[in-house]
Amino acid sequence: MPQLSEITGKIRESAKKLLTSGQADVVIGYRQGTVPMATAPFFARTPEDCDQLVWSNFARVNLANYLSGRPGKVALVAKGCDARSAVGQVTENQILKDNLYLIGVPCTGMIDNNLVVAKEPRPISEVTETTDEAITVKGNGFSTDIKKEDVLRRNCKTCVNRTPKLANELVGPEVNGAAADDYADIKALLGKSLEERMAYFKDLIKDCLRCYACRNACPLCYCPICFVDETRPQWLGKSTDAMDTMTFHLLRGLHCAGRCTSCGACETACPVNIKVREFNRIMELTVQSNWQYEPGMSWDQKPPLTMFQTDDTADFIK
Amino acid sequence: MSDFEPKIVAFFCNWCTYGAADLAGVSRLDYPPNFRVVRLPCTGRLNPKFIMEAFKRGADGVWVSGCHPGDCHYIAGNYYARRKFILLHQLLESVGVDPNRLRFSWISSAEANKFQAMAKDVVENVKACGPNQSFRKEELNLGLAEVA
Repeated sequence: MPQLSEITGKIRESAKKLLTSGQADVVIGYRQGTVPMATAPFFARTPEDCDQLVWSNFARVNLANYLSGRPGKVALVAKGCDARSAVGQVTENQILKDNLYLIGVPCTGMIDNNLVVAKEPRPISEVTETTDEAITVKGNGFSTDIKKEDVLRRNCKTCVNRTPKLANELVGPEVNGAAADDYADIKALLGKSLEERMAYFKDLIKDCLRCYACRNACPLCYCPICFVDETRPQWLGKSTDAMDTMTFHLLRGLHCAGRCTSCGACETACPVNIKVREFNRIMELTVQSNWQYEPGMSWDQKPPLTMFQTDDTADFIK
Repeated sequence: MSDFEPKIVAFFCNWCTYGAADLAGVSRLDYPPNFRVVRLPCTGRLNPKFIMEAFKRGADGVWVSGCHPGDCHYIAGNYYARRKFILLHQLLESVGVDPNRLRFSWISSAEANKFQAMAKDVVENVKACGPNQSFRKEELNLGLAEVA
């Protein structure tokens, strides 16, 4: 059970070393947020900046989002999922491997604020965290201890790759994740009838504002012009029409197929708490069962949609 | 329901199925007229957006057809397309779109008979599904009908 301050210290130490030696022009990490239960992305460019870097149970943002097309040498503070996304950025030629340095943090999962608020509905003004196993939230006249395993994000509960194996260095002891994600929820869903599934997904996205926060938080979404912003032709209307929203989520799911590392940044970013990863998970299950491909597991793997096998099975094609 | 005539959007590869449709025509093979054809240079050109757009605008079914694997005019376009189809087919079925509304097929330009049979089959299947009501964009009702 490592202390968070210990990991923070190691991140700072490593970041300073990288910046002073010139191995990195910038270290992208987390700093303490301005409100309780939050961290903010932080770009450290000088050794003095590094003292603002922290590690926390709320480091939910996937920093690999800042990699694509970034010039110069970059060091990235990465959890298991973030490191996989970063490797994905390399395999998709968004950044050169030689310009990337991964400061890997073996991760025990990040906290879902909504679950904390569900447990402690009173207004929280302060949170203290010393280890990666529990937090204490404080407010006006109360102080509540909460175990982290009770308030983990959905994707962190089923996380398989907690330790960033491909990172250049690890700043903590290795953590073992679940043996395998069995996709039980998705398989149960697919066992239902067509009508039930349609109703489920329509209900799932009924609150969607199409603010595109999920897209912006996602390290996979780096197209210069997203299909939702295209106007000639215009694929999606500008209103929150239900079918436009469905189209957005389906195509987003398709675009992430074989690339999503289940970092959960999209669900964390969603202001109306939609489980947007449902679409991604259907695609991940399909990709894994068809092509046994998991993104971000090696530097030289080729994304499944950029290649083919002459004997790919597709029995539904007549 | 018996007099329901579905509208189907068909995406055909220029080098094969489009030719098969042509051959079926000159061979005087009759097939139902329910589909509107969009000619593509290759099924690899098909973006999943196109299929979503067709449904969104009220198509009752979509039919995508191209060259048999190994016969692509551009060597490998249909192999890449096949991987996209696998994902798209699974995704749409998973969210509750009746798989009978969406058909993928390989028809070479010599297979006019297969084209005729497939056309009949596609239309029959979509007919059985009924009008597409759950997976389309509602028409904007400004209440102008009463005014006019």
